[in-house]
Amino acid sequence: MKFEFPELPYAYDALEPHIDKQTMELHYTKHHKGYFDKFTAAIQGTELESKSLEEIFSNISKAPAAVRNNGGGYYNHSLFWKVLSPNGGGDPTGPIAEAINTQFNSFAEFQKKFDEAAANRFGSGWAWLCVKKDNSLSICSSPNQDNPLMDVHDCQGQPILGLDVWEHAYYLKYQNRRPEYISAFWKLVNWDQVNENYKNARR
Amino acid sequence: MSGLVARHVSFNSNLKAIIMKTIKVLIVTIMCILLVSSPEIMAQTEKKPVSKGKTSHSETTKPKTSSQTVASDLKGAKEGIWGEWMKPVGKLEFYTLPYPYDALEPAIDKMTVEIHYERHHRGYFDKMQKAVSGTDAAEKNLLEIFSNMDKFPDAVRNNSGGFFNHALYWDNLTPKKQEPSRQMIELIEKSFGNYDSFVKKFDEAAANRFGSGWAWLAVDIKSGELFITSTANQDNPLMSIAERRGIPLLALDVWEHAYYLKYQNKRTDYINSFWSVVNWPVVEARYNQFKSIMEKVK
Repeated sequence: MKFEFPELPYAYDALEPHIDKQTMELHYTKHHKGYFDKFTAAIQGTELESKSLEEIFSNISKAPAAVRNNGGGYYNHSLFWKVLSPNGGGDPTGPIAEAINTQFNSFAEFQKKFDEAAANRFGSGWAWLCVKKDNSLSICSSPNQDNPLMDVHDCQGQPILGLDVWEHAYYLKYQNRRPEYISAFWKLVNWDQVNENYKNARR
Repeated sequence: MSGLVARHVSFNSNLKAIIMKTIKVLIVTIMCILLVSSPEIMAQTEKKPVSKGKTSHSETTKPKTSSQTVASDLKGAKEGIWGEWMKPVGKLEFYTLPYPYDALEPAIDKMTVEIHYERHHRGYFDKMQKAVSGTDAAEKNLLEIFSNMDKFPDAVRNNSGGFFNHALYWDNLTPKKQEPSRQMIELIEKSFGNYDSFVKKFDEAAANRFGSGWAWLAVDIKSGELFITSTANQDNPLMSIAERRGIPLLALDVWEHAYYLKYQNKRTDYINSFWSVVNWPVVEARYNQFKSIMEKVK
């Protein structure tokens, strides 16, 4: 499979003031690009080259750490950029709004749970909203660049919303104040994209 | 900041305090060895009142000559956190930074040191106290906790590690350019061939630690050899869950918060700069503490 480095769907300063321009530029051109380059180097000439990311992740326990870390970094950031938007934020809409209300009682309760997952992930990692095999929703977090598609986790599912809580995602603007960054994230969530992801994830 | 430095200086001038502290260091180091080498002996040691950190200077049974030896080993180096190990965690006080925030410029910038010390380090200390408050852990010292790490909740592991590791880190940095002594160089050559191989290996450990964590130079408790390792998040080589256990001599924080404001994604630049602020006398003093106790227990 031919892997491509995705274009950022908006300008570096588009998410200001919630995520600053310098952070976006470094995050996309250095961190994300770094993961992509190292991932393609790690699979070059191996049988993984012909597989999809989903296939690679479903057997990640058998792959080298370089594939796990950089493949995860490549995929996770690609998803992250898409679920953010300068026109995002506000309450969820459409089918995902209904599913959230049904399963978590309210958007506020859902947010509280997601915020806890993001705040309590010690060290580097991600918070996720996933669709499980039975089509129910699940909130979880994973360390480093792991994700719920990888066979190494208790938390299994198709991620439809992700939040990067590595310090590089927020340190220039928020430093040690991760909770402020998490609050700002909700002002950027692209619910149309999350609905799209939700639709695709359901079986 | 001058207050912090002044407190540190007045501490050094207080001879009695130094003697008391070195006795504590002696006991602590013995415990350290017992703990890493034999969990059974550790269990016995735990029953003695000495492990509660309540032994006063006059009560100690250690011969004066022993503490003087340790005192001479420590000459010229700050004893720092090592003397604190014997206190029950619930009675520990927050660490005092031994230099101003801008002292490590240009290697580590003022804002980074200020936030790192006042927010991150302080946060770990406060959360550690909160995590142990009202539990058995409050009565135990850091070594006892680290040596039984799997028996404590994550909040204790993460925050006691965070408190302790940062204290080691600040202590093994200095604004005054230092070179390793002849003894230190020989030790390094014995374990790593030559100084450059040592630096290369340490740099690799620091650069290859994926995500948040620490790189360490440590001493193997059984062979006395130096080794390099890295740990995830706020773990350290004293913890029972560590991949390779030993006494930490040199600590390098590679969490992004340690360097991101100045170096951003360029962790290797931060690692290179680190070597210009390493406090080699402290590293050597940590080794000497280990060695002098090893000689006494032989």
